[in-house]
Amino acid sequence: MEIRIALAGNPNSGKTTLFNALTGSNQFVGNWPGVTVEKKEGRLKRHSDVVITDLPGIYSLSPYTLEEVVARDYLMNQRPNAILNIVDGSNLERNLYLTTQLTELGIPVVVAINMMDVVKKSGDTIRTEELSRQLGCKVVEISALKGTGVTEAAETAIQAAIEDKAVPMHRFSGPVEHAIAHIEEAVLHDYPAEQQRWYATKIFERDERVLQSLKIPAGTMAHIEQDIQAAEKELDDDAESIITNERYVYIASVLKSAYKKRNAGKLSISDKIDRVVTNRFLALPIFAAVMFIVYYVSVTTVGTWATDWANDGVFGEGWRLFGVGSAAYEEAAEAYAVPGAMVEAFESAAEEAGIDPAEASDLTATAVFYDDNGNVTEELPVDFAAYQEAAAIEEPDPAAFGWWVPGIPVLVGNVLTAIGCAPWLEGLILDGIVGGVGAVLGFVPQMLVLFLFLAFLESCGYMARVAFVMDRVFRKFGLSGKSFIPMLIGTGCGIPGIMASRTIENERDRRMTIMTTTFIPCGAKLPIIALISGALFGGAWWVAPSAYFVGILAIVVSGIMLKKTRIFAGDPAPFVMELPAYHWPTLGNVLRSMWERGWSFIRKAGTIILLSAIVLWFLQGFGVENGSFGMVKDLNNSILAAIGSAIAWLFAPLGWGDWQSAVASITGLIAKENVVNTFGILYGGFDEVAENGWQIWANMRAVYTPLAAYSFLVFNLLCAPCFAAMGAIKREMNNAKWTVFAIGYQCVFAYAASLILYQLGSLFSGSGSVAGAIAALAVLGLILYLLFRPYKESTSLRAKVTI
Amino acid sequence: MKTLRQVKVGETVTVVKLHGEGAVKRRIMDMGITRGVEIYVRKVAPLGDPVEITVRGYELSIRKADAGQIEVA
Repeated sequence: MEIRIALAGNPNSGKTTLFNALTGSNQFVGNWPGVTVEKKEGRLKRHSDVVITDLPGIYSLSPYTLEEVVARDYLMNQRPNAILNIVDGSNLERNLYLTTQLTELGIPVVVAINMMDVVKKSGDTIRTEELSRQLGCKVVEISALKGTGVTEAAETAIQAAIEDKAVPMHRFSGPVEHAIAHIEEAVLHDYPAEQQRWYATKIFERDERVLQSLKIPAGTMAHIEQDIQAAEKELDDDAESIITNERYVYIASVLKSAYKKRNAGKLSISDKIDRVVTNRFLALPIFAAVMFIVYYVSVTTVGTWATDWANDGVFGEGWRLFGVGSAAYEEAAEAYAVPGAMVEAFESAAEEAGIDPAEASDLTATAVFYDDNGNVTEELPVDFAAYQEAAAIEEPDPAAFGWWVPGIPVLVGNVLTAIGCAPWLEGLILDGIVGGVGAVLGFVPQMLVLFLFLAFLESCGYMARVAFVMDRVFRKFGLSGKSFIPMLIGTGCGIPGIMASRTIENERDRRMTIMTTTFIPCGAKLPIIALISGALFGGAWWVAPSAYFVGILAIVVSGIMLKKTRIFAGDPAPFVMELPAYHWPTLGNVLRSMWERGWSFIRKAGTIILLSAIVLWFLQGFGVENGSFGMVKDLNNSILAAIGSAIAWLFAPLGWGDWQSAVASITGLIAKENVVNTFGILYGGFDEVAENGWQIWANMRAVYTPLAAYSFLVFNLLCAPCFAAMGAIKREMNNAKWTVFAIGYQCVFAYAASLILYQLGSLFSGSGSVAGAIAALAVLGLILYLLFRPYKESTSLRAKVTI
Repeated sequence: MKTLRQVKVGETVTVVKLHGEGAVKRRIMDMGITRGVEIYVRKVAPLGDPVEITVRGYELSIRKADAGQIEVA
């Protein structure tokens, strides 16, 4: 027979550590159906017939928070054979509050008191047999971190599950017990005896979810209501508060005989750390320093190396083991720059003149050198003799330097060429599949670096302090103080940024963070900014900062607008957060958390990213050329170009209704920096352009007005992110409807922002149209209305949870 | 009426009554802030809100708006 044990406990009680110790590597990580709350299950080590379900960390079984509802519904509807309740021994009073509720469910409970080593060290004593007698359930001592008592705890829980005794429990005060007895008699006599008390207590509390599920006849309810009101009057409080109060009073009475605290008032190490870390003057500098380190390592240094290595090395041409020989290659490549340019200039001039360069003895060409902004720095005349001299110099081969490891596309390409594969299949495998897999895996190394930090910050206790410090700023926009980290990471790459939202407890805040993180310009959007700024604004200093400003404004406006909409008004607002004691995390737990998150991205986001990459490869690479359908060399003839032409009119109100811009925006979905390359092909016929695309600046100036270009920039900054980020959104939302909503919202918002900018901008510069201005003003008015309409924080959980 | 909001850093007070209703009140009580319990105000966040308190032997962060619902003496 399979035994199911639920692991329940407060957040920060060591539940995850215990779960890992119990199940080892035998885990399945997923989500509870339809919600963003993580669900973990695993088989007990050496007992393959025992399944342990890790419930979300909760403080109570109230109907008001998503985690609590998930846990409650699981316990009530699935009825596990036993509950293993982990309790933090250094924080008994509040931890036992949940225990008093768990023991009412009619499911055998085993209490595992964790951190016994800490308790003993501080000189406090817990009399477990006394606690066991009073609570009416077995109590074991464990240290999840050191692994002591863990096996015993599991075995006690199995035993309790098999014996399946109803548990005796504590009593409330006279008036409450009186009402509960009446309720049991009036409504619950058909229910199993061991479940009656739970339901009776919930009916007494007027718990909406229970009342809905029981469908008590109105007459009976009125009768019960009288009893409840009598108790409320006698105890001068509302029913829910009476129960909560009495639970704590009861715990205090239990602890009086079972717990002895020595030396109260002495500062623990954690207190001393906290004094410094969230000190009035030091808190912000320390916070800034911690954030800087996280950013510096996971975005600018190690993170960039990791992403470059994965994208340009492993999934690019290749890389050098330990970087050996890289410096030598760069030197050689630099030395080749002048002869290379000469050869290129001469050959292209020869091609233009229609002569073979090897025989063009009368031809002279000019090699032009540019700086990073496309300004001419030097012009060198090249005649035939100079050409021959330059052509004799061999171009340095990157593979010849150091320990060269060819990239996967190169290796696969070699194999495909060797077996004589058809070009379209080679394209599908190389550009579609290998490219798609690269898009999925390319970001994983950087993500792992970030996850390592997150896991460390979370388990050492500093993450709660991040929320404490930043709460005031972010809550105004419907976000959590913890949203700071996703946004900060989002400046580097939105994908790990979105994944970092996992640390936010409140589902509403988390969803809001997922939706808005990619508004911040990520590293891949910088080339678009550089292109627009260089081509249309002469590289003006303000363009790049204004892009960040647009991103932040988009977050603020979206946050305020969305938090007032019905879909976001469902969750409760109170922000009462535990600030857990600081402690040093174990390496195993940190690494496991890092790997779990990375793996879940690959598994849950991988398919969609891969599929989108293949579809877009097809649209880009196929079309009608020379009258027949097939692979096309010229992007102008591709299906994508046709789609671009078909939808270009959509963007005309934004000032850039040509199909090239539409196509560029679509290719930006693979990776945002592709926008620049696509422009390079479509506006200049260049296969490859510099990162800021200076080769096509002049051509772009012919097509775009500065206003239209800025509108294009705003749209591409705010609209749907790249496929990899969309995959991350899907993974984190864990819900198709929410994923579509998030991406749809981003596109609509981007469109609205660009429309307002372009149309009103045209109006002020005297070239606008009346219809356009009216449309823009209407959209602006709607946004202002959504921003400033009155709003009241909701106080109850309306989100439907089904399990 | 004196509420937790007005209590200065370093002071210890006793909870007299909880105002408000529904989820907010329940959540505050679930965390152990009930009638008669002692609360020590440890510090205010660097930006002025929320505040950090000690209740039932552990540390809790609570927004000033919510602290205003807690009557103390």
